[in-house]
Amino acid sequence: MDKLHLHYEVEGNDFVAAGEAAGQMKRTLRQLGIDFEIIRRCSICMYEGEINMVAHAEGGSADVIIAKDKVTIVLEDTGPGITDMELAMQEGYSTATQDVRELGFGAGMGLPNMKKYADTLAVESTPGVGTKVTMEINIPA
Amino acid sequence: MTVHDVAKQLNLTCCVDADGQRTVEGGYVGDLLSWVIGKAGAGHAWITIMSNPNVAAVAMLADTSMIILAESVEPDDTLLAKAQQHGLNLYTASEGAFELAWRLHELLG
Ligand SMILES: Nc1ncnc2c1ncn2[C@@H]1O[C@H](COP(=O)(O)OP(=O)(O)O)[C@@H](O)[C@H]1O
Ligand SMILES: [Mg+2]
Repeated sequence: MDKLHLHYEVEGNDFVAAGEAAGQMKRTLRQLGIDFEIIRRCSICMYEGEINMVAHAEGGSADVIIAKDKVTIVLEDTGPGITDMELAMQEGYSTATQDVRELGFGAGMGLPNMKKYADTLAVESTPGVGTKVTMEINIPA
Repeated sequence: MTVHDVAKQLNLTCCVDADGQRTVEGGYVGDLLSWVIGKAGAGHAWITIMSNPNVAAVAMLADTSMIILAESVEPDDTLLAKAQQHGLNLYTASEGAFELAWRLHELLG
């Protein structure tokens, strides 16, 4: 299988469309016949990353590269960035607004979920410039 | 036990009947979406009081077998539309989450 590249633009503050990129990615992974558990892990990682761009960064872009041996998800935004990475990675830490919390978000479990379900997670962030999240999910042979 | 069996036994009201023959493999109760997507298992019945469109996205991505809105919560129009669009089984119940989870557990054994 050649590498397949999917690209999505994610709208900021649009909580109705949020999750559509993850949903489309999931459909493509299914069509490719990838293992259900791998798809589940990719879906969780993509959704959490997508929601973070919607809730914390006024949107951004998502790229998914599907190779034979792994799925790579890259989420990039030009939002406010993350000032304290250690804090952001902690379970339960969230700067989500009350409005966002009322929708069921802001549990502070997004980055911990990504860490748990991706094989590798790299978060590069510069305050005032933006954030880039790269996740890899291996596909066992 | 199928979605239709569970719906009948628990006296649920159907909002979207997408795949009644799907097997219910267990259950998860929760309203915080990151907890649900991270913890609910594939095939679980998800019991919640949240009724916004994000519920559909989470159910679809977590691959739960059915959504049960507890406490007579009604789905908002966008949730209903998204559940139809994505083929998600969506039900409501007058009981609370505790009662539903207890009865579901008894059913599934
Ligand atoms: N893309 C991002 N841009 C800016 N801040 C972010 C981004 N992603 C995460 N954060 C920060 O990290 C915190 C923790 O993120 P997360 O674990 O997903 O929890 P939650 O989204 O529920 O707040 C967020 O509350 C926010 O302060
Ligand atoms: Mg988050």
